[in-house]
Amino acid sequence: MSVSTSQSDALTPLERQYILLTQNGLPIVANPYHWVAEQLEISIEQVLALTKDFKERGIIRRIAAVPNHYKLGYTFNGMTVWDIEDELASKFGNAVGKLPFVSHCYLRPRHLPHWNYNLFAMVHGKTPEEIQHYRSQIKELLEEVLVIRKSDDASQSIHTQSNDMLTSTQILKKTGLRLKRKTA
Amino acid sequence: MDKSSTTVMAELSLLDKGLINLLQHGLPICERPFHQIAQELDSTEDVVIEHLNQLLESKVLSRFGPMFDAACLGGAFTLAALSVPDENFEKVTEQINSFEQIAHNYRRDHAYNMWFVVACESQKEIEQVIKKIEEKTNLPVLNTPKLEEFYVGLYLPV
Repeated sequence: MSVSTSQSDALTPLERQYILLTQNGLPIVANPYHWVAEQLEISIEQVLALTKDFKERGIIRRIAAVPNHYKLGYTFNGMTVWDIEDELASKFGNAVGKLPFVSHCYLRPRHLPHWNYNLFAMVHGKTPEEIQHYRSQIKELLEEVLVIRKSDDASQSIHTQSNDMLTSTQILKKTGLRLKRKTA
Repeated sequence: MDKSSTTVMAELSLLDKGLINLLQHGLPICERPFHQIAQELDSTEDVVIEHLNQLLESKVLSRFGPMFDAACLGGAFTLAALSVPDENFEKVTEQINSFEQIAHNYRRDHAYNMWFVVACESQKEIEQVIKKIEEKTNLPVLNTPKLEEFYVGLYLPV
């Protein structure tokens, strides 16, 4: 499988309405789920049950606050990329994902000879040193499974590093991912 | 440099910091979630609600609510990259950002210096968008859709 498949068709009309209503956020009031219940014209018990069910199914990851990185001083982020042995990628990918400072961790396809990295892990920090330090910790964990590629082929010679870190220097565009209202 | 990086770091009280840390992990799913949060932070429900609204207003928090798995909202996604010559960077940025299917786009310090998320209704549309990008920019797209997800969960402690 190379893509996320659509699960939205499996949603009931009520579930779709719930997502459309809450995907831009919940009001910060004493009873936020009462507001949802009123809007959807269902009971508070139904709202809580549906929310818990969404969480169990992984449709809701969590009910949480998203901070603005920059306001908290997290001005540096690094996309660390790794060329690791395919057979061990799942095992080591899970281990990297468990590191407390990794926010996203995925297996992605290589495109040899231009792109030899298959494991991606994002890190965030307040200084360049901090994200370098995180990168070294990931490296320690992956040391034994990093692929060593020979650089005798001239065309590949610049792509034989076993890992790298791509730091972001500018946000060029940022929008939210949203469920769209179905057009009739 | 990134215009957002010049944002002044927020001055935060101890309660604010506690709230930011706790609420990134998530809120209990119950009728009075802030009541429970207030108890954990030795505060009251009213004070917690007031502070949270201020944090949203001052944009220290950009959002509060359910974090949906984007894939569950339907559609197809991929992360893709381009290696853009410096002299064309601005022009290519405009070309890429003009696609409504481009959700995020970041400049990164690497030969592949432009990384963007393509969000479409279907896999077929992803392929079409990538083809259009290649035609428009005359650059080959490096397409790296996720094969396996190990972890997603941003936590920035303060």
